[in-house]
Amino acid sequence: MTTVQAETTALTGTTVPTGTWKSDPVHSQAGFAVKHMVVGTFRGTFTDFGVTLANQDGEPRLYGAVRADSVQVRDENLKGHLLSPDFFDTERYPEITFTSTGIRADDGELVVDGDLTIKGTTRSVEARGQISGPVADPAGGERIGIDLETPVDRTQFGLKWNAPLPSGGVAVANQVTLTVHLELAKEE
Amino acid sequence: MRVLGISGSLRRESHNTRLLGVAAKLVPPPAELELFEGLKDVPPYDEDEDGDLAPGGARRLREAIAAADAVLIATPEYNSSIPGQLKNALDWASRPFPDNVLRNKPVAVIGASTGSFGAVWAQAEVRKVLGSIGARVVDVELPVAGAEEAFGGNRLADEELQRQLARILAELVEAAGDRHTIAA
Repeated sequence: MTTVQAETTALTGTTVPTGTWKSDPVHSQAGFAVKHMVVGTFRGTFTDFGVTLANQDGEPRLYGAVRADSVQVRDENLKGHLLSPDFFDTERYPEITFTSTGIRADDGELVVDGDLTIKGTTRSVEARGQISGPVADPAGGERIGIDLETPVDRTQFGLKWNAPLPSGGVAVANQVTLTVHLELAKEE
Repeated sequence: MRVLGISGSLRRESHNTRLLGVAAKLVPPPAELELFEGLKDVPPYDEDEDGDLAPGGARRLREAIAAADAVLIATPEYNSSIPGQLKNALDWASRPFPDNVLRNKPVAVIGASTGSFGAVWAQAEVRKVLGSIGARVVDVELPVAGAEEAFGGNRLADEELQRQLARILAELVEAAGDRHTIAA
């Protein structure tokens, strides 16, 4: 057993399992969190996305795509602004994508390195979290869970909108935490 | 391809209307620039009068923007900011939000003033307002300072400004062309 496998085992009781695994859209979430008005934390989610973990040859790959216009926030005017060229520019860039370049264990965590593309700009990111399972589901299949998060600087992806506050600071922070909580089912 | 030119100044001898005249000669063919001449007829924004029965002046503004592939706004600067009538027109154009006539529409902002800063703050504020409206704001500016001396016939006297304006128009038309490509 390699070091990577040993550390993963220690964390979750399993290595990255073999097979092809697809995210269950009902029981998976993708979203972001960003500091708002300096003191608050604003969260949004995406409802239309899919993630695949493929591990056929001992070199697992994780990839996913998110429909940017599926962003959900509790204000339709804000949603309209988020879809516009000031933010995601969904007319030109309908998808956010991620493709892993390596999956490893580090300091007790699952680490997924990969290329994240937002608004047509691709940058390398390091997502950290954990993997759990597999477990048997009632339908006779198998499921695993993956939880990951990564910090990104939204301005590096061209999402530069901001507004100064009267008391100093700006309305929205540049650093955003992207998070996925995935439940994936094994493909037959 | 049609570019709608909107001058933020109402007066007959407006430097900004003249600037749009210069721009009209620099639009890369076959695109054409058409001047919107109804700004003065746009009434003060009143949500009670909006909707299907919006006043004629506001309707004509919306229709002109909707029919254009791109918009070029030339703004003067009043008290370090956007002229009220231009801001009011943008407020009409922004409704209903988010599916208004400016949504994703390529827009560039230029400006002339008699002062030494060339309406640069007004241009920045118009760009900010357009971004909030959801327009595809071309990230450029053209500060034409000392407007009383800035023109020579149908050109800008400063050759670098003239070239800048040509580049802005090329970028604006390209953005409109990209949008057609996406739609196809």
